[in-house]
Amino acid sequence: MTEYFLHIAIISALHIILALSLNLIIGYCGQVSLGHAAFYGLGAYTSALAAIHWQASFFLTLPLAGVVAALFGLGLGIPTLRLRDDYLAIVTLGFGIIVDLILLNLEVTGGPDGLVRIPPPQLAGVDFRNKFMYLLLVALVVAFTLGLIYRLVHSRHGRALKAIRDHEMTARVMGINAAAYKISIFTLAAGLAGLAGALYAHYITFINPESFGLHTSILVLTMVVLGGMGSILGSVVGAGVLTILPELFRRFADYQDLAYGAMLIALLIWRPQGLLGTGKISQKFSLAKNRAKKGN
Amino acid sequence: MFLEIDQLSKSFGGLQALDRVSFQVQMGAIQALIGPNGAGKTTCFNLISGVLPPSAGSIRLLGREISGLPPHQIARLGLARTFQNIQLFGGMTVLENVLVGQHIHLHGNLLATLLNLPAIRRQERRSIAYVRELLDFVGLADKESWSADSLAYGEQRRLEIARALALQPRLLLLDEPAAGMNPRETEDLMALIASIQERDITVLLIEHDMNLVMNISKSIVVFDQGRVIAQGPPRAIRQNPQVIEAYLGKEEDADDV
Ligand SMILES: Nc1ncnc2c1ncn2[C@@H]1O[C@H](COP(=O)(O)OP(=O)(O)OP(=O)(O)O)[C@@H](O)[C@H]1O
Ligand SMILES: [Mg+2]
Repeated sequence: MTEYFLHIAIISALHIILALSLNLIIGYCGQVSLGHAAFYGLGAYTSALAAIHWQASFFLTLPLAGVVAALFGLGLGIPTLRLRDDYLAIVTLGFGIIVDLILLNLEVTGGPDGLVRIPPPQLAGVDFRNKFMYLLLVALVVAFTLGLIYRLVHSRHGRALKAIRDHEMTARVMGINAAAYKISIFTLAAGLAGLAGALYAHYITFINPESFGLHTSILVLTMVVLGGMGSILGSVVGAGVLTILPELFRRFADYQDLAYGAMLIALLIWRPQGLLGTGKISQKFSLAKNRAKKGN
Repeated sequence: MFLEIDQLSKSFGGLQALDRVSFQVQMGAIQALIGPNGAGKTTCFNLISGVLPPSAGSIRLLGREISGLPPHQIARLGLARTFQNIQLFGGMTVLENVLVGQHIHLHGNLLATLLNLPAIRRQERRSIAYVRELLDFVGLADKESWSADSLAYGEQRRLEIARALALQPRLLLLDEPAAGMNPRETEDLMALIASIQERDITVLLIEHDMNLVMNISKSIVVFDQGRVIAQGPPRAIRQNPQVIEAYLGKEEDADDV
């Protein structure tokens, strides 16, 4: 039984990292990504492949997974976020589908069967096959993510990001390179999702493309919307609730996607600010759009 | 020449908002842009500050071509502005708004910031001290922790000026800073603009309040329907028949000018 609870806690923690990072994109780039699970998958496969083929230590493949996912984020963000700013949803949706297809069809990624026998992390004297130890490891990365976001928000960069969110053109007139900031945030968020992917791969020890498809992207998006777009605590709660609830309603697993879809729609209609959001962000979106149209 | 606008044009679809406008601004001067509603004054500011790209023509700041550059680069070359329709960061405090203006003078990449290195903290403290001086300068010192959108109208205008000054610009564009102010506030504003000039900042000002314009500007450029119809010192502008005709519509108003 404890094993089971520890498992749920580990999966919740991974989802928290994913939701927090997606929330950065939604909160600060002002746009939705529909392909966040692709970065999660890129991290998982990168770390797993490096561990399987090069026998690299997890403590090297973990940062490697983050860097590789971040590089893909950078490559996607530069053309998408620099010029116009309402394409991200479509581009990330397409990116998610492409990554899924590549993982399914490449030989090195094992096709639909994926990769098996991914070694658990090795550290002298610590057995990470013990779920409690693994939970500690994941909790450490959650703490790292939270610390990073806290520092970011409370720095001049956080101020610049808030200014961009409030009034993008005015922020630019103040000397802020808005495009560079959005691309940086998108890259950072992709990297964090990559870290979560590596943690997932070495925990489950076998992965296939199914875990990193559109279904997962929508799940993470639902977590963010449920908790409240722009709210850090909201993402934590949203991820927790949407990891635990399905466990309670296992019998209805077939209807999960239906339930997420219905929940997303219901939230957006009746409580667009989410459980813990202040409503600021969601309001800001529509206001910002109106203002932008008015010009000067 | 400090700022040279040469044959600058801007059209919005079929509308020619600016039509081959040329004028110059001297270093250290207070210069005004006046003209009836829709003459193209704000559009001119939008082109100079990079908010909109020009359709044709050139803008040189200290000999350097800036037309077509993105606004954040123009800001780094020493240009700051305020907006006719106030554009404060409503979700932030008064202090934070002005701190945003300091952005280009703060250093440290994302990594150094995330590590919160001592140098970063020191810089932030210095910056806050400087911003408090500016708030004092515009008379908002006691409101630093207020949310920007809770300020009265005249205060919001002054906050915009403080935020622009935080860029430590060489050239400051003020778009109708006295709009919506009562006569007392306008009086204070005039004194404020005069002391901005003493900080070695060149001021280009759009204003409908003729009393203010005539009193503080060294030179005036008059726009009408996207064209420059006159430029010169206040005295000459006041007597220019074309200006009286275009700007005031009818002669008897000339006394108000
Ligand atoms: N972004 C825009 N898109 C379309 N038309 C615009 C835009 N900005 C300005 N215009 C038009 O260009 C013309 C000049 O406008 P502008 O705002 O520059 O005038 P102004 O001299 O500042 O007037 P006011 O004294 O009323 O502020 C107007 O006809 C205006 O409707
Ligand atoms: Mg105007």
